[in-house]
This record gives sequence, C-alpha cells and structure tokens, in this order.
Amino acid sequence: MKASKDASQLRQKQMIAEHYSRLARSGETGEKSVYTFVPGNLTELLRSFDLLPVLPEINALQSAMRGKSKEYIAIAEKAGHSEDVCTYVKCDYGMMKSGNVGPTGERLPQPDLLLLSYTGCFTFLKWFEILREEYSAPAVMLHVPYQADGRITESMRRYVVHQLREKVIPELERLSGRAYDEDRLKECLTRSARAEDDLVAVLESAKHRPSPIDAYFGGVYYVGPIFSAFRGGEEACAYYRELRQEVEERVASGLGPVTPEGQLTRERFRLVVEGPPNWTHFHEFWKMFADEGAVVVASTYTKVGGVYDTGFRHDPEHPLETLADYCMGCYTNLSLPTRVDLLARYLTEYDADGLLVHSIKSCNSFSAGQLAMLRDVEARTGRPCGFIESDLVDPRYFSAANIRNRLESFFQMIDQKRERATA
Amino acid sequence: MSTNGGAAAIVERAETLYHDVGLASVRRHKAAHGGLAIGYLPIWAPRELLHAQGVLPVGLMGGGDDVEIIRGDAYYQSYICHLPRSVVELGLGGQLDVLDGVLFPAICDVIRNLSGVWQMRFPDKLVRYLDVPQNFDPEIGGAFLRSELESLAADLAERGARPLDPDALRASIAAYNRNRRLVVDLYDLRRREPWKIPTWELYVVLRAGMLLPVEQFDELLVAYRAAVAGDESRQPLDQARVVVIGSFCEQPPLGLIKTLERSGCYIVDDDFAQVHRFLRGDVDTDGDPLDAIVRAFLSSAIESPTRFSAPGAKSAALAERVRACGAEGVLFCAPSFCDPALLDQPLATRAMEAAGVPWTAFKYSENTGQFQVIREQAGTFADSIKLWSGDTPMRASR
Repeated sequence: MKASKDASQLRQKQMIAEHYSRLARSGETGEKSVYTFVPGNLTELLRSFDLLPVLPEINALQSAMRGKSKEYIAIAEKAGHSEDVCTYVKCDYGMMKSGNVGPTGERLPQPDLLLLSYTGCFTFLKWFEILREEYSAPAVMLHVPYQADGRITESMRRYVVHQLREKVIPELERLSGRAYDEDRLKECLTRSARAEDDLVAVLESAKHRPSPIDAYFGGVYYVGPIFSAFRGGEEACAYYRELRQEVEERVASGLGPVTPEGQLTRERFRLVVEGPPNWTHFHEFWKMFADEGAVVVASTYTKVGGVYDTGFRHDPEHPLETLADYCMGCYTNLSLPTRVDLLARYLTEYDADGLLVHSIKSCNSFSAGQLAMLRDVEARTGRPCGFIESDLVDPRYFSAANIRNRLESFFQMIDQKRERATA
Repeated sequence: MSTNGGAAAIVERAETLYHDVGLASVRRHKAAHGGLAIGYLPIWAPRELLHAQGVLPVGLMGGGDDVEIIRGDAYYQSYICHLPRSVVELGLGGQLDVLDGVLFPAICDVIRNLSGVWQMRFPDKLVRYLDVPQNFDPEIGGAFLRSELESLAADLAERGARPLDPDALRASIAAYNRNRRLVVDLYDLRRREPWKIPTWELYVVLRAGMLLPVEQFDELLVAYRAAVAGDESRQPLDQARVVVIGSFCEQPPLGLIKTLERSGCYIVDDDFAQVHRFLRGDVDTDGDPLDAIVRAFLSSAIESPTRFSAPGAKSAALAERVRACGAEGVLFCAPSFCDPALLDQPLATRAMEAAGVPWTAFKYSENTGQFQVIREQAGTFADSIKLWSGDTPMRASR
C-alpha cells in the first residue's frame, strides 16, 4: 500500500514550489538572492531584508533524489575536483555548470551575495571560495566558533555578534538597499520560536509507543521548512502547527509512522541514528528499515540546522545574541563529548533499542570521530550500537547489499540482547 | 654545536629526532629542565606564548611511516586522512604520555574532531581547540583571538606553567623571530643554490626543530647552514625547479621527498612543517606582546588553504611564490582525503595554467611505501620541463 500525503506534506510541497518559483522569477522581480548554508543559516535576518535564501546543500540533495548527482559529480571531477572531497560541493558545482536548474525544473538565480555562515563544517569555507570565483559574486564571512568545551563563552558570543553588526548586516543593507530593521527581525524571531515549539513537540512525539513518526527518514521532511527558507515566516508557523496536529492525532489513534510503503503496523525496533541519510537511494534505504519494523525515534541529522530539543529557542528580546547562540548550537558545531551526551540521552529518553551510526564518506564534520563516539555511547548506555557507511549524494558509495547485511546483523544483535534479558 | 662532522652528522642527528615519534627527546628535556610540554598539531600554534610560560612546544606531525597502525584504524574510517589515526595510535600506545596537553588548531573538521577524541580518551590532559579567527579585523577577529590566547595562557598556568608575563613574552617573541629568520635564510639559500640544500635534509632539520627548545633549534640551523654553504662537493645538476604545494598538515614520508629529488626535481619552495614559516616576517617586540602575536596572525600569515582570504589572494600568492623562487613548475602534492588542500586544487591549478606554469598532481599518505609511480610521474614532469620549457633565466644562469 502506498502512502497518501498528509495536508502538511502538501503544504510543504506548495511552499517549496513557490519559493523556487520566486527564485526563478527574481530576474524579473528584482528580488535578490543570497546563497548560504543550512547549519547556522540566518534566515530571519535575510527575511527582515526581504532577501531570498538559496541553500546549496538542499539543491545537492534534491539533485541526488532526482538521480542527477552522478552526472553532476562527474562534471566536477572532470574539472579537477578530487574524488576524495565532499560530494555536495561537486554536485553543486556540476549543477551550476549544467545550467543551475533547481528541483522544480526552473533555473536558479546567480547569487547576489554568498553569506558564508561558517558553522560546524570547514568545507563550507572552501565551497564558497569556489563559488565566489565561479560566479564572481561578493562573499561575506560569518565565522562561528566551535563549542569545543561544550559551552558558549561570552567571548564567542561577542565575536559572532560583532561580525553580524559590523560585517554581515552592512553587507545585507548594501545589497537590499534598506536599513537594518531590528523590530522586523524581532517579529521574525518571534515566529521562529513558535514554529520551534511545534517542531519539538513533533520530534518528541516519538517517545510514544508506537512512535507516530520516523524521526530520521520522516524527520528530514519535518525539518525542511525550519532549516531552509521559511523559518521566521507565517507559512512555517502554519506548517508546523498543522504537522503537530496531524502527529497528535496519530498518537491519539495509536498509529505508527507512514513510510513510502504505507503505514508501519508493527514497531519492532526503536533506533537512534547518528549521521545524515543517503540521498541517492533514499527510499530504498528507508525501506530497509521499514521492512524490519525499525523506526528511528531520534536522529542527529535533524539537528544540523538547529538543536531545539535541549531548550534553545530564538529569543526576540536579544536578536543578534540569539542568532549567535543559534549558530553555535547547531549539531555539528558541538564537541564530540557533547554529541555523545546527546546520543546517550536520546537512547534513554526515547527508550531506544540501539544506536545506528550512518557514516558518510563525504562529511568529515559528522564522520571523523564517530567510531570513538559509538564506543562511548555503547559503554555508557549498554545498548547495542551498529555502523553502516555510504555517502550523501554519490551513488557510487551506496552498496545496498552491504548495508542490508549490516542492518540485519544489527537487528539480530538487538534481538539476542532482548532474549538474554528475558531469559 | 660543532660543525666538525659536517652536514652529514648534523643531518643524522636531525633524522634521529625526526624518527623520535615516541618523544624520547622531550622526556629527556623534561627530566633535565622540568616544566610542561604541550603538543600542537599543524599548522600554527602560538609557540611564543608557550615558551614565555616555560612550556616546551612539541610539534605533532603524525607517525609518518614509523608507526604501525592498529588501534588508530579502529578510530577512523578508510575515507579519512591518515594523520589522526597515527596520532591516536601514538596516544593510546602511551608514546605521547610525556605531553601535558595538546593544542588542536582550527584547520579542518578532522583535526577539530580529533580534539574531541582527545577529550574523551585523555580526560586528565589539557585539550585545547585553538579556534583561530576567520575574521581578520583587529577589532573583531583580533579581539577574539586575544581572548583565546588569554584563556590558553590561563589554562597553562593552571597546569603549573608560569603565569604569562609581558616581558617574558617579548623575549620569547624575539627568540622566535630570530628562529624564523634562520629558517627563512635556509630557504633563501636553497632557492639560490638548491644543490647545496637537498630538501630532505632541510626537512628533517625542520622536523627536529619541532621537538627541540627554540634555542637549540637555532644552533642546529646555524650549524647546518655553515656546513652546507661551505661544502663544495655539492654541485649543481640539471634538475627542474619545482614548488611543492599541499603538504602543510599530514606530511609526506621522507622517502617521498627523496623520490621527488631523485626524479629530477629541485624543490625550491614547499609547504612542509609550515609552523616555522606560517608568519611572514617578525612579530613586533614593541607594545603589548599579546597584541603583537594577534596582529601577526591577522596580517602577516601566509595565504593558507585554511584561511578565508580575499578573492584571488591565494592564486596570486601561489603565482608570486613560483615567481619569487624561479620555479619552472608546481607539484600539487596533497595527502589523500585532505579537504583544505584538495578543495584548493581546482582554483590553484587554474591559476597556474593562467600563469603558464606547468603542474602535475598526486596524493600520498604519511605511510605511503611505494614511490615508483610518483617517481615516474615527477620524473616525466621534470623531463618535460627540461625538454620543452627552454632556458628559463634560472637554468640559463647555471
């Protein structure tokens, strides 16, 4: 049975289509586009200047889901980009060289500005150096310090705010031709916090048995609006309000998540997943879990654009400081011990059977150190931990048989542990 | 230091230190002088500050091809560079126990996350992620870096180092200025007369300097220079002059450097052991010394792949390096899976093509053991330069 789309899904699809359409028409309307990244995105600030965000990672993953990434990566490698480096970068480069056609089939505008919010990923810096040269576009850097010691110091916050005030905002003023309007920013931030409340309620619904959502495969759809162009807008608030209502209805009805194959009727395994998904074989990957009755009840990938379930909300009373804290709090900007704490907490609070690490060849920010994290989580919680590997958008690195074998072993390990516990 | 043994004895001593991955020399130093020893990973660390607080800075450049990796491979996937796995191997094997802490400069995600592994595996040691600014405005990035350095100094003092004293810091800045000038002087001599200074020799001398107190390193540099400058047995060969780019973090095995030279290349500029030349010129000894270090980092650092520079600045800097050393070609020689180096290559190679500079590229790991393919590639590259580039001013002058 194939799944039917909920109202929130249709709404999201419509929001995205309208955004890309707006981008495609920007040449006629005169609207300016700002390329930026998901972690540490400053969507409210851009929105307060009526600037349109373009997120190259989203374009890359959309290209992969449309089966275009292999061709785009080949174009980049032919142009001298190493096979060793991030495939998001190469996919984006290939897409640019192929006419920059976005997921809706419309051409994306060239960037009027590259806003390099350097949050949690060193490759962002290199990526925009390449785009800056290719597009001859201006770039503004926002360096976001890493939470190496598991906390935000006043010096770190001051540094980010200082850059926002002295570098980023003047550049946005120049581009938009309008002055910084803090009241407008505060309005956006107020709406952000509202949507964040609803998002957290949706994510935490997975504490129920059965979980009404899949917090990884389904979760990437849920975080789409808030991680991209819509945070701070009424449409995001409406989306999350509607999504929350739908999820609460599922809880009340005792329903499990909807997968591409339809309603999941038997929740056999409750998992926490660390790492991004594979996008080239997204549905095949999801099906491997759904076929086994495995539901992801918490994931870290759904925190790369903001960690909200530990209490952070955008605070309109301190607009620039809250943007700084948001940036510094994104998942890949957290130290490894903090990430271990979060994973252990998820395993306990969501009563999960085990942790699965999906390690990504392209993404050192996520992947480097994951094996140490895995050991520590296992030692601390006593719950089984599994490990699989593939890539974000390079189909050459997705080995279905290998992943399936490892998943089966992982599920067997969980089963054996249960049997021992009941013996 | 005596130069009686000539260059060979000096190089032999340096090579011994190069192979000292278990830090026996640091143990001896601590036993004799006490004080803390703090490791630092590539590329840049405020060695002046450590020195001023009586701390021995110890460069950690991985295990090269001297360390068999067993536990390190269990920590890192196959698609992550080699350096962190050998550093973890050394750490877990107890060979870095002599260090009281390690600094992890902000150069890439792998080194950044290695700081987290260190926090988890060595909770009793000082672990500092050195978050250096990408904003180079003194009022913004400068203020942040100063705060980072003050915090580091406080952490060191808490571990038993001397509190940071401005006069001591000025003296340490002067010591490292002197040392940097000696290193630069050797590079200048190699640029002028590369047959006098084989790069593999220069390299082991620089690596030795990452374990020695700066004053002893000065002596080594002076002695080596004196020995090679007067060595008339070192005569020019018809080799192609090349710049080696991309080896600023994980270092190539010594055998690879020798292979490049044997394949017909004079390496006249490189990125090896870059901490010694990360800052161009002296750090001010006037005024507030901490501000002077911050200023030097902001405005005098090289155009590193790890910095977000002005548009075209890195390409221009590379072209200028090639011009300044009279190079006839560039070898892009990066470690496998090194994001900063490899992501830079498309723009850098394009810049070289625009400047009409021949180039070739290959990758390595610190424990690469087979050099035949690289030798053939570099040899062919050198031959093509010698055959087709005509008499460059440098070649014609010989």
